[in-house]
Amino acid sequence: MKGITKVLLWGAIAIAGALALATIALHRGEAINAMWLVVAALCTYALGYRFYSKFIAAKVLTLDAMRATPAERLENGRDFVRTNKWYLFGHHFAAIAGPGPLVGPVLAAQFGYLPSTIWILAGAVFGGCVQDFVILLFSVRRDGKSLGQMARDEVSKVAGTVAFIAVISILIILLAVVALVVVNALRQSPWGTFTIGMTIPIALLMGVYLRFLRPGKVLEASILGFVFVMLAVFGGQWVSHSHALSGVFTLSGPTLAVLLIIYGFAASAVPVWLLLAPRDYLSTFVKLGTIAILVIGIILIRPTLQMPALTRFIDGTGPVFAGSIFPFAFITVACGAISGFHSLISSGTTPKMIAREPQTRMVGYGAMMAESLVGIMAVIAACTLQPGTYFAVNSGAGMVGQTPQAAVATITQWGFPVTSDQMNELAKHVGEQTLFFRTGGAPAFALGMAKIFSDSLGGTAVMAIWYHFAIMFEALFILTVLDAGTRVARFMVQDALGHVWAPMGRTSSYPSILVTSALVVAAWGYFLWQGLHDPLGGINSLWPLFGICNQLLAAVALCVATTIIVKMGKARYMWVTLLPLSWLVAVTFTASWQKIFHSNPLIGLLSHANQLLAIKPAPADLARKVFNDRLDAVVAGFLVVLVAVIVIESALQWISVISGRKEAATREAPFVATQYAEESA
Amino acid sequence: MNPLRSFFKVLLATLREIFDENAYQRFLVRTGEVASVESYRVFLQEREAHIAQKPRCC
Repeated sequence: MKGITKVLLWGAIAIAGALALATIALHRGEAINAMWLVVAALCTYALGYRFYSKFIAAKVLTLDAMRATPAERLENGRDFVRTNKWYLFGHHFAAIAGPGPLVGPVLAAQFGYLPSTIWILAGAVFGGCVQDFVILLFSVRRDGKSLGQMARDEVSKVAGTVAFIAVISILIILLAVVALVVVNALRQSPWGTFTIGMTIPIALLMGVYLRFLRPGKVLEASILGFVFVMLAVFGGQWVSHSHALSGVFTLSGPTLAVLLIIYGFAASAVPVWLLLAPRDYLSTFVKLGTIAILVIGIILIRPTLQMPALTRFIDGTGPVFAGSIFPFAFITVACGAISGFHSLISSGTTPKMIAREPQTRMVGYGAMMAESLVGIMAVIAACTLQPGTYFAVNSGAGMVGQTPQAAVATITQWGFPVTSDQMNELAKHVGEQTLFFRTGGAPAFALGMAKIFSDSLGGTAVMAIWYHFAIMFEALFILTVLDAGTRVARFMVQDALGHVWAPMGRTSSYPSILVTSALVVAAWGYFLWQGLHDPLGGINSLWPLFGICNQLLAAVALCVATTIIVKMGKARYMWVTLLPLSWLVAVTFTASWQKIFHSNPLIGLLSHANQLLAIKPAPADLARKVFNDRLDAVVAGFLVVLVAVIVIESALQWISVISGRKEAATREAPFVATQYAEESA
Repeated sequence: MNPLRSFFKVLLATLREIFDENAYQRFLVRTGEVASVESYRVFLQEREAHIAQKPRCC
């Protein structure tokens, strides 16, 4: 009887999911409700978790509840700590969820809601969740080793080196991209700039509070910090209305970029307890709370999607970023579907805290499903906006015309009617001077979120508060990525330079800290500056480069995973990781090729450089723009070579093992029986 | 136990883990010290290297 109920229940979930997906995929010409996306997502995740992840757990990985994990064998009360699975789920999700699943789907919405939705669901269930799950388990079985160490041990030394280069590349480009998103969100916005600026003294105050006044009371300090941040959101409205102060906080793009570069350098050099740790706690608090409110808001008001399923821009002529649906939709969505960066977390702190092997399924596979749901929420936030508004906000001046009048004429001509009056009215509602040309994804996401929030609570009267809350929410944890990322990159550079000259490797040496911090900041600062000064550069060229880097890292992780599966003697199941790997290789190779060699100057970097060279008379900054294009082309080419090297190295290993030339043996830690056998897994 | 109370208990414990409050408690148990400005300073020093090298996701 119980069995029949289960079959009926899962059958009903499958039918509901299929119905929702069919509605999303087949409806044309009329708006659909966002709840179809929510239902499709929840049913897909439920089925993926119940059946696919269980299959991987049982057949491919053969999770063993009787095997002691590193958290048990190596427990030291510090890094290796047995942790309740729910607490660890929260810990892991808080670490993997960043701005990527918010910004990526918003940018990709220029193709319509369908491509992003399908890729977020399929990419997560068959790619992202699988990657996070298998890497977590393989790290657990290797005493919590990092991805780079596993690549070195299981594939080859070259693979380990490639993994290191990939991590550094992705970090630098990621930092430039997120800095650009913040600059675009805050330029000419005194309210946003004031609110975000205030989070720095608030974090410093929290640091002092935590260290000297109430040591260890992080939750308490975070709640206090959150209250102060909310006051800063309201205070920003007052500042924006004040003639004396609004001018002080109305900053141009280059000024904001300089301030961010100084901030990044300072965050890398000052003690962690003073700025980095409190900001991290504060942003985690805001992040988890806001995502929860967003999910509740969408379910409460069930908004209608205004964006069509597919737009005319699937042919690659989009104004948000250039490039056709394949490969660029899959590059742009990024972390909502699959993120190589997650493999660093799955092989970082989390494997050292897993209490029992079967819990890797819930933590690894499950947390990525939650992140994917955040991506779906971002699609909904972007697509509930009127398409004309979406394109007016997200298109650069170089793509739709230099003035608001030219922009509305171009966008209306595309079949997405919008007027200057509508845009001005909307800008007034959210307390901004203008919403034209606010590229980068963050302002559009904030608009969508503010619309959903204000529809659920308060109406248009409070839309400005919600909009700036959303901007603050995005910028707060984007800045956390920026400051922590700069510091992580600084450690990596110190580590690498330490091999060349030992004093540079001393992480506590101040000359070394200053030099390496400056190197890292200069690297991402260069790309940021380039993005600000080139109308066709910026988010248009940087986000695809970031996407390529991120998916390159995912390819490295999946190569390592496939190699380990083959070496475990389970070559018949290697398709589980080989399938997403093949897709990623196809996407990254095609995207890189097109970014370098495409004949359309809006896509191809070299053809854009050639187009610039052909302009007569030559513009004043010609040499710099041509250099930027060629540098980006070299970076993209370098990345694709890295993918090729790692894939070839891994394939050689697979062939050797499958053909019997090499023994199928992995470098797992020896089996030790758990002392907690009576505990439920 | 009341399911709602149980939910909030798990939620609070999860937040304490995310915000390193549990890590501090473990530190106090491990070192035999009591909660104080001095012991928290030592805990932060130990934690600093760990936090600073932890990657943040995109």
